[in-house]
Amino acid sequence: MKYVLKKIGTLILTLLAVSALVFFAFSLIPSNPAIARLGTEATPEKIAKLMHDMGLDRPVLERFGSWILGILHGDFGTSYSYNQPVTTLLSEKIGVTLLMSVMAILITCLLSFPLGIYVARKSDSKLDVLFTTINQIVMSIPSFFSGILITLLFGLILKVFTPGGYVSYKKDFLGCIGYLIFPAFAIALPKISMVVKLLRDTALKEADKDYVRTAYSRGNRTKAVFYKHVLKNAIIPVITFLGMTFADIIAGSIIVEQVFRVPGLGRILLTSISGRDYPVVEAIILLLATAVVVSNLVVDLLYKKFDPRIHV
Amino acid sequence: MDKTKTRNVKFILGLTLTGIILVMMIAGIVHTPYDPMAMDLSAKLEGVSFKHIMGCDNFGRDIFSRVLVGVRETMFVAAAVVFIGTFVGIIIGTVTGYFGGWVDEILMRFNDAVLAFPSVLLALLVIGIMGGGTKALIIALGIAFVPSFARIIRGEVLRIRNLDYIQCVRLYGASHLRIIVVHILPNLRTVLLSSVLIGFNNAVLAEAGMSYLGMGAQPPYPSLGLMLSEAQGVIYSNPWNAVFPGLVIVIMILGFSLLSDSLEKKT
Repeated sequence: MKYVLKKIGTLILTLLAVSALVFFAFSLIPSNPAIARLGTEATPEKIAKLMHDMGLDRPVLERFGSWILGILHGDFGTSYSYNQPVTTLLSEKIGVTLLMSVMAILITCLLSFPLGIYVARKSDSKLDVLFTTINQIVMSIPSFFSGILITLLFGLILKVFTPGGYVSYKKDFLGCIGYLIFPAFAIALPKISMVVKLLRDTALKEADKDYVRTAYSRGNRTKAVFYKHVLKNAIIPVITFLGMTFADIIAGSIIVEQVFRVPGLGRILLTSISGRDYPVVEAIILLLATAVVVSNLVVDLLYKKFDPRIHV
Repeated sequence: MDKTKTRNVKFILGLTLTGIILVMMIAGIVHTPYDPMAMDLSAKLEGVSFKHIMGCDNFGRDIFSRVLVGVRETMFVAAAVVFIGTFVGIIIGTVTGYFGGWVDEILMRFNDAVLAFPSVLLALLVIGIMGGGTKALIIALGIAFVPSFARIIRGEVLRIRNLDYIQCVRLYGASHLRIIVVHILPNLRTVLLSSVLIGFNNAVLAEAGMSYLGMGAQPPYPSLGLMLSEAQGVIYSNPWNAVFPGLVIVIMILGFSLLSDSLEKKT
């Protein structure tokens, strides 16, 4: 319990550091959003008034303070280009990205463990070369390219889904899942092959150890030794890896959303970056960072559960 | 025995694939069959032929020539990113690992916070501040790559610092600078080699991804990621437009990862 509290404490500190970093980084930019909005023809009085309305004439530290206070109340400020509260702007998009990322994580876990265990058990057969080769190739296909291939094959040739025909999860939940499963799969694909490789390699390394030989010598069957001894130890590095992967999956969704035209956080992040809409950019980066940090925490806790010897 | 054999096969395959990429890169620098940016509307969306071995895009530009220049672009960005990452990483890693103390404490806390960020997100943040383009992309990815290098090097320096021979040179009265430059840095090469190869791979992936998002090379200048996103509009009628640049990215990553796998220290 003390461990959990300590971890949560570090998490809050990290998020505070991240938000400070993001906020001050953007306040260093020389460009003035008030001028950007009014155009170059604007009179100084108009600019001053708009800057006052936007709160830009206050000192940086004060703005940072009120920004943080606002976030604690769920208020991320107002978007420059949409003229809407950032919270309203993002509320549905968060759901989309979250749904897609969770699906990608589920697909990764559901497919990689059985596949990895199968490949590890077949590692002394002739199929091993085939598996390793396929695995190595799949690992090298970036998710945006496999996404394009999936669109081509399943969307345009087999017509299983309509590319670009995303339906909101509020209107048609199952239809939305049916669409998002393809981008989620594109995100998951390289991760699956990485986990399979890692599981195979660690299981092989583990199988060479003395305690495994002892287990055999006591008359255990191969299957029992594999599942009760080898797998139990081989799974720990895999969990660490999966934990790091969650962060990658969340970041990877930014790119894959673009491939499948999914209106999630990634797409609005890109348009806001090119439109210099900083409140939106700050909010999204902070949200994604929170997702990453929280998933890291969950992994740390799981890690301790799988291997109680670990003290952090 | 068997393991050495697979290692050799991996090495030869990796070397071959990387060789293909290097030849393409050199061709991209020296000579391309067509001007990669010259538009020829009469050749618009022309298929694969002897004249255009990878076909033409929807502006009638020769895809093969564009791929060659795109490879050059990707390799250049990746090399620059890895260079920044290793260079700054070595400085931070050696200083923190060798001297320790509160500088180490602060820098490593900061390092870990940055490391928790996925590199694409961090690069997008930097590009959001600096604006797009190749130069911004290199700096953005370079910054994103520093923490992982710094961490690896710090760990290695920490290990070497406490070895007997370092204690011995210290007794001889060698200065800190001399110990670092003459006795520690050369011993980092094994660790550096594998992390540079892995880092290069990640940099290729990141460059392709960022330019796919339009945050790298600006059109009409070609880059592999940009070509993929341009090809997406005509994917049904001209699938090859996307497949060729994509395949080149896959060959690049496959080649480097096979190489780094085979060079990995025996465990």
